[in-house]
Amino acid sequence: MASTDQDSSNSLRLTPLHGLHCASGARMVPFAGYDMPVQYEGILAEHLHTRTHAGLFDVSHMGQAFLSGPQARARFETLVPGDLANLAQDRIRYTQLLDAQGAILDDLMVTACAPDANGDERLFLVVNAARKAHDFALIAAALPDLTLDILEDRALLALQGPEAASVLAGLLPEVATQPFMSMRRFELGGVTLFVSRSGYTGEDGFELSVEAPEAERLAQTLLADARVKLIGLGARDSLRLEAGLCLYGHDIDETTTPVEADLLWSMSKRRRAEGGFPGAAIVQEQIASGARRRRVGLALEGKAPAREGADIVDMHGAPVGRVTSGGFAPSLGRPIAMGYVDASHAAPGTPLQLLVRGKPLSAHVTAMPFVPTRYYRGQ
Amino acid sequence: MSETRYTKDHEYIRLEGDIATIGITDFAQKQLGDVVYVELPEAGLAFVKGAQAAVVESVKAASEVYAPVSGDVTEVNSALEGAPAIVNEDPAGAGWFMKMRIHDASEFNDLMDEAAYQAFVQSCC
Repeated sequence: MASTDQDSSNSLRLTPLHGLHCASGARMVPFAGYDMPVQYEGILAEHLHTRTHAGLFDVSHMGQAFLSGPQARARFETLVPGDLANLAQDRIRYTQLLDAQGAILDDLMVTACAPDANGDERLFLVVNAARKAHDFALIAAALPDLTLDILEDRALLALQGPEAASVLAGLLPEVATQPFMSMRRFELGGVTLFVSRSGYTGEDGFELSVEAPEAERLAQTLLADARVKLIGLGARDSLRLEAGLCLYGHDIDETTTPVEADLLWSMSKRRRAEGGFPGAAIVQEQIASGARRRRVGLALEGKAPAREGADIVDMHGAPVGRVTSGGFAPSLGRPIAMGYVDASHAAPGTPLQLLVRGKPLSAHVTAMPFVPTRYYRGQ
Repeated sequence: MSETRYTKDHEYIRLEGDIATIGITDFAQKQLGDVVYVELPEAGLAFVKGAQAAVVESVKAASEVYAPVSGDVTEVNSALEGAPAIVNEDPAGAGWFMKMRIHDASEFNDLMDEAAYQAFVQSCC
């Protein structure tokens, strides 16, 4: 049996919750330069716990920053295709940093915050761990007129699941009715929290930005509730795959555009028409004429999973694409995958074959999410 | 009377006469986590030592299982098809993968015995 785990390196960075992970029996693995928990009791149990109760994830490895200055929204719109001009205060937008070819350099969450002390516009950014150095360097270089304040001293916890809101409302009653994709600032026992109603599981839930020295105390307070368990990166990956959400470096990267990645929903009508972001002409051409290939969901007929890298062929064996994420879906009890296929094979229901260890596995294109999302939509 | 040997890939081989029962160790199933699929060879196939004979898939990843000795597959554990979690629950018993008629007893004798394997497991984590 060949292990696929990589050797841990002694140069790995630690999050403020590292001690808690080790004390909680986590199996630690290197991820994006950090020593991170891949699982505690087991991926299946953790996944299903998050879908039925509430899971607590350490996502402190992700990058957090404030970007502020005159016209910060309009200035940042020159780097991303998301609509920030029309983003109401305290609301969150999912968007992507693009390159001159319209390819995706990272995906990120952008929150429109209250103006800074100078009365200038201010945005709160959360970017992927593996891309944060790249992203922040790019933003600082492209927008030298703005101030980029990288929040190295803040941890990030995610509380996700159908019981997340009632758990967190026990500490902060106002979050019960906080809108999906909004952020609020709270003081809890003298600690400032940024609470975003968002996540990466398809469930209702929150991301909690907290000062690093206070992170473990907050985590322990949440874990004192019997409905909450620590959840590792393994279940985070299977949960996001079921929700049809992209993982940067796998489902989206510098070779894919938002149109190919089926992320057009994250681009407003105004931004599609006006452009004004990197690679706009290419993206607009793909919107008008259709992209050559598309990210699609794949349902497998059998029990064997197909993993990232598996070739996708049509019923005659001709290559039409490649799997970018795949595995067993614990909530469904069967394998699922996503990948890119030629536009001619992207319609839901299209039968395809995934080549795994040289054998074709029967599959068909299916709409995503694989498991219905349960975001908070108001009372 | 059976005798059990182990490989560095965390497989066990329990030999009775010239029939070897092959599976993965408790250490291996713990490392893998929840097993969701096992791909087994067809009975009748012959494998040389070190050839890929099976694949075990956890939620996280696929891992190859190599033939620990040369031989012919006489039987595979078809119960794993419908209930792969047996590998986690009882790896040394009901969670066996396949039985092989071994070609060369010296290949078996060269593998680690229980004491050597336990020492090996201690050294690798």
